Amino acid sequence: MSDDPDKDILDELGNRLEGARNDHIDPSKVKNNHGLQNGNALGLAFRVGVELISAVAVGTAIGWGLDYWLDTRPWFMLVFIIVGGAAGIINVYRMASGFGYAAGYQKENSSTSSVSGIRVDEGKEDIG
Amino acid sequence: MRGKKTLAEGHSPLAQFEIKTLIPLQVGDINVSITNSSVFMIATVLAISLFLVMGMRRSALVPGRWQSMVELSYIFIANLIKDTVGSEGRPYFPFIFTVFMFVLFGNLFGMLPYTFTFTSHIVVTFTMALFVFLGVTLIAIAKHKIRFFTFFMPPGVPMYMAPILIPIEIISYLSRPISLSVRLFANMLAGHTLMKVFAGFIFALGVFGIAPWAFIVALTGLEIVIAFLQAYVFTILTCLYLNDALHLH
Repeated sequence: MSDDPDKDILDELGNRLEGARNDHIDPSKVKNNHGLQNGNALGLAFRVGVELISAVAVGTAIGWGLDYWLDTRPWFMLVFIIVGGAAGIINVYRMASGFGYAAGYQKENSSTSSVSGIRVDEGKEDIG
Repeated sequence: MRGKKTLAEGHSPLAQFEIKTLIPLQVGDINVSITNSSVFMIATVLAISLFLVMGMRRSALVPGRWQSMVELSYIFIANLIKDTVGSEGRPYFPFIFTVFMFVLFGNLFGMLPYTFTFTSHIVVTFTMALFVFLGVTLIAIAKHKIRFFTFFMPPGVPMYMAPILIPIEIISYLSRPISLSVRLFANMLAGHTLMKVFAGFIFALGVFGIAPWAFIVALTGLEIVIAFLQAYVFTILTCLYLNDALHLH
């Protein structure tokens, strides 16, 4: 007699559990992989600024150091400010395109673990 | 000079960042005085130890509130490492967990009245970022030997591009500790300064001080969120750098 209702309830519970499990896994995966891509616009703008400025600062410092060492002021500094600017733009491009902060991104199939493979995949989805 | 100093002590929104020497110490030529900054670092380490040790003291099968918080922070970092680095990141868990807890508790300590926020000093954050950077670079060199330097030359790039591209990649790599440290330091500095500035408006505006007061209440909530967020960002970037070092991708 009471077999049928119980089965229904259990089936429903099973479905709900399945749904909850799927709900749980998908957002957490997405969130963990895109944790840095999300966030408000001000935070994004701030990060772009920091990435640009820090690369230019490092370039300038290297140029200044070379000039100091080789006594060629100001030529190395002038060159390395521009190179630093290029590095800054590469940093920003990588950040925005979802490649993360990896210098020298490689082809997807050369990544050794499945985890980094997932990250590259999702980065590509970001571009498209 | 003297007048400027008393003004800064009383009213400047930047007075909170002043380093005060509490116990002067000198070892050789190096000044190792106990300052308010180092006192709060010691307090942070003690608080973390207390939080973890006392939370796990009973280590019940069904955790209480405190034990849940400890387990939550452990699982949070463990999942972060699993998702960003993979199973190869397991040996580095203690370091990353320490970095996260130190930055998080340092940020949260700064939210208490009359405290000092050591993460609002670029010296502190840059030293941490520098150790992360050096450590990650050494791990990469130890693991990949000479192949590490192919990191600066992406495959498929024509040879004549190398003289331009390699300096750019090296600068991009060297800018990592700066962007890592500046992000944490600037967020903490800006938030705490903003709070002091608006707090100064409350009494200056008399009855209308209710407006900046309400703003401060909202800002305090926001600052606590930022304290968590910046600790998280610092940690996840450490993980991403570690991932690059281990997988060279």
